[in-house]
Amino acid sequence: MAEAAETSTLDRLASRFGANVIAPVLAGVIAIAVSAITLYIGGYNAIDAFTEIGKVLWRFDSVILITNRGAWYYVAGVAVAIGFKMGLFNIGADGQYRLAALFAAYFGAKMSLPKVIHIPIVLVIAIAVGAAWAAIPGILKVTRGVNEVISTIMLNYVATGLTAYLLGNYFRTESDNLIAATKAMPTSARIPNLDGILEAVGLEVPNSVQLQGYLILAILVGIGYYVLLFRSRFGFDLRATGLNPAAARSSGISPKRMVLVTIILSGAIAGLIGMGALLSDPQHFKYSDQFPLSLGFTGLSLALLGRNHPVGIALAAVVWAGIERGTQPLTQKGFPQEIGRIMQGAFLLTAVIVFEVMQRRAAREQVRQAAMKAHLPAEGAPA
Amino acid sequence: MTGTTDSGAAGSIAIELRDIVKRFPGVVANDGVNLTVHTGTIHAIVGENGAGKSTLMKTLYGAHLPDEGTVTVNGAVQHFKSPRDAIAAGIGMVFQHFQLADNLTVWENIVLGDEPGSWWKLGSKQARTRIRELGERYGLEIDPEALVGDLGVGQKQRVEILKVLYRGAKIIILDEPTAVLVPQEVDELFNSLAELTTGGATAIFISHKLDEVLEHADAITVIRAGKTVGEVADPSTVTTHDLAEMMIGSELPSPETRESTVTTDVALEVRDLTVVADGIERLHDVSLTIHRGEVVGIAGVEGNGQTELVEAVMGLEHVANGTILLFGDDITNASTGARRHLGIGYVPEDRQKDGMIKEFSLWENAALGHQWQEPYGDGRWIDKDGALQQTEAIIRDFDVRTPGSDVPALTLSGGNQQKLIVGREMMAKPKVLVASHPTRGIDVGAQAAIWDVIRDARRAGLGVLLISADLEELIGLSDTLLVMFDGRINAQLDPADVTPAVLGQYMTGAAGAVANGANRG
Repeated sequence: MAEAAETSTLDRLASRFGANVIAPVLAGVIAIAVSAITLYIGGYNAIDAFTEIGKVLWRFDSVILITNRGAWYYVAGVAVAIGFKMGLFNIGADGQYRLAALFAAYFGAKMSLPKVIHIPIVLVIAIAVGAAWAAIPGILKVTRGVNEVISTIMLNYVATGLTAYLLGNYFRTESDNLIAATKAMPTSARIPNLDGILEAVGLEVPNSVQLQGYLILAILVGIGYYVLLFRSRFGFDLRATGLNPAAARSSGISPKRMVLVTIILSGAIAGLIGMGALLSDPQHFKYSDQFPLSLGFTGLSLALLGRNHPVGIALAAVVWAGIERGTQPLTQKGFPQEIGRIMQGAFLLTAVIVFEVMQRRAAREQVRQAAMKAHLPAEGAPA
Repeated sequence: MTGTTDSGAAGSIAIELRDIVKRFPGVVANDGVNLTVHTGTIHAIVGENGAGKSTLMKTLYGAHLPDEGTVTVNGAVQHFKSPRDAIAAGIGMVFQHFQLADNLTVWENIVLGDEPGSWWKLGSKQARTRIRELGERYGLEIDPEALVGDLGVGQKQRVEILKVLYRGAKIIILDEPTAVLVPQEVDELFNSLAELTTGGATAIFISHKLDEVLEHADAITVIRAGKTVGEVADPSTVTTHDLAEMMIGSELPSPETRESTVTTDVALEVRDLTVVADGIERLHDVSLTIHRGEVVGIAGVEGNGQTELVEAVMGLEHVANGTILLFGDDITNASTGARRHLGIGYVPEDRQKDGMIKEFSLWENAALGHQWQEPYGDGRWIDKDGALQQTEAIIRDFDVRTPGSDVPALTLSGGNQQKLIVGREMMAKPKVLVASHPTRGIDVGAQAAIWDVIRDARRAGLGVLLISADLEELIGLSDTLLVMFDGRINAQLDPADVTPAVLGQYMTGAAGAVANGANRG
């Protein structure tokens, strides 16, 4: 009847499928378009490039590689998301995981224990170091009001220096003079791979790869995050504080305690980020100059992309790892390797923007629907 | 319908609304509202809170489009897509909460945002002259050079009215203009409105104070449950009783508390409380005692320390000096959470800022502040089923109008949000209730329900600290009435023989032997 009662197609789509589905799809399309245009401007054949990417992704070893890398990314995303959920920006996950991995690598390799104890002990060391390093900005914020963004960024630099110093002077093994590295983890500390499971269901694992056992740990972290957030009192307090600090305070939640506990928890999970490489990846099994870098920063992107939701972050991690894997062989074919980065960036930006727009439209439609529902019985049978 | 475009002629119709329908989730806020306002009159719109008055005003002011129905202004059908359109059609709105910059002068506030390009060229002199002219013409004299931060509430309201007049408004809508005023200021406001309408303007005001409506309005429209239920062309033909019946369809409830249930057991005691915030002493040596079964009401113009008193009692404000005792135990340094554990219920003054989380579902909001205890959980885990059941009970007992317990709180109207908050606090069976404006913005029916709940709990031994701007509510519910002025307790009055007018004098500081610690010990 009146204009207000009409709704656009987009509103209805947003309401039916939810912003959660449409935003990533739309973002994917736009990301592909942006990278295609970039390739075209650079004088490359975009169709060839995407055919190549498609071919790579179609292979089974790619699925395994994406899963392996995605699991690392996922834990990084969750570590950051816990802080985000409360409005706390733990930019320091990067330093936290590297420092945690170094200590876990050094002390873990020194021990000789049965597998059932060895792996948990190494994990506990990593968690403790990550938590302790994160506690510094937490204490600074609670006692002195220091902004955690600044302090965690600074502490990343400190962590970089500290790991290099400790590795170069104290933690490196004598047996390797070429690169600074800790002793390789003994077999008892390595998480067994999951190839057996794949083979049991009839899937043949290519020789070049293996499904890392770290996946189990990542899944446990995800479940733990979900339960903590949506089932526990602490998660309730955390979400309340994140959404409305004033109301949370009035309800009796202590903001200082929440800040401290949350950043320590975020650091504890960040401590686990490097365990994939250290305990589950045959290419590493030790901390060295070649240890994976910047996973904490990837975590920031993924928490943002996944809307801090346990499932959203998982999907984001798969997309992220997928783009990396798909664009990896492009250089051999003469394409610029930066195209993967461009796709990731375009995807992140569009997903965030589109999600925001779609969510507003979906909300508007929900409000309209609820109003209609409430109105109908009052009017009796509709005309 | 009238085809005239002569807006100035007396007797012509300034505003005509026909069959306005506006829906919100779970509620049809307007369900066929009709309104006819004649040019040059003061028109009152009355109705319970939640009856749809504010929604109607927003429609008129272009804050949203109605789902159905027509808006006719001075004979022309209008589709206001934004307040800008409404202003262009000569409609101006004076909000209940002033939108003024304290650090600017009166004239700066008035011209702010109105074609700055042209008045920069014209200079401030012209603006000031025009403001003086408008002020003289409509009896709204005010010094254009005065700093708004130095003005009183009544004067600030004048600035708001001048602001809309300055923009050329001929039709002025005032949303509960008297809610923030003391009785003396109310008279001044209506004098100004009378001058305005004599000068050819039209004023529409929302109120639920029936006495002042009858005294000052030229015509009255009564709204109930989103519908127009009465149109009174001549207010002298009706009584407040008639209006009340139209408004609620039955007898007006009274907050009056009959028999005293005050015991000699002290529930909450505040001794020599001093609060300093931002270097200013907000609360000075305030002492009061609340016994079990007693309601201690605090009257006062907003900003005289009531907020600080409540926050200090709840552990939300740092106490510079003094002691707070709960059943004899010193809780001065206890956390807010600990105080809630010990049985202090809290209804904050700003429900959307402090009382609830608008993105949270209803059941999560019901749990807020009680999430560590049954039936919401065991301290470690949240019990969603228990919380849902409790929320259903709150929705039922406190008449919260909502499509369900799982919708976000932001989809509810303000009154329904407040009912949820009061409901969750009372359901938790507090020993002491700290209530800031517990019935502000809710309908008469729910208000009566909340009064009943407070009275019942009081009989069972609840001690209540009640802060309210509703003087009837304060006088009716309180066993002891304290007046706060400038961070101190200015007077202790007996609610049995005090009138709102007398109370108003104490509230402005015009009367009152300053009685520090004049409380019964």
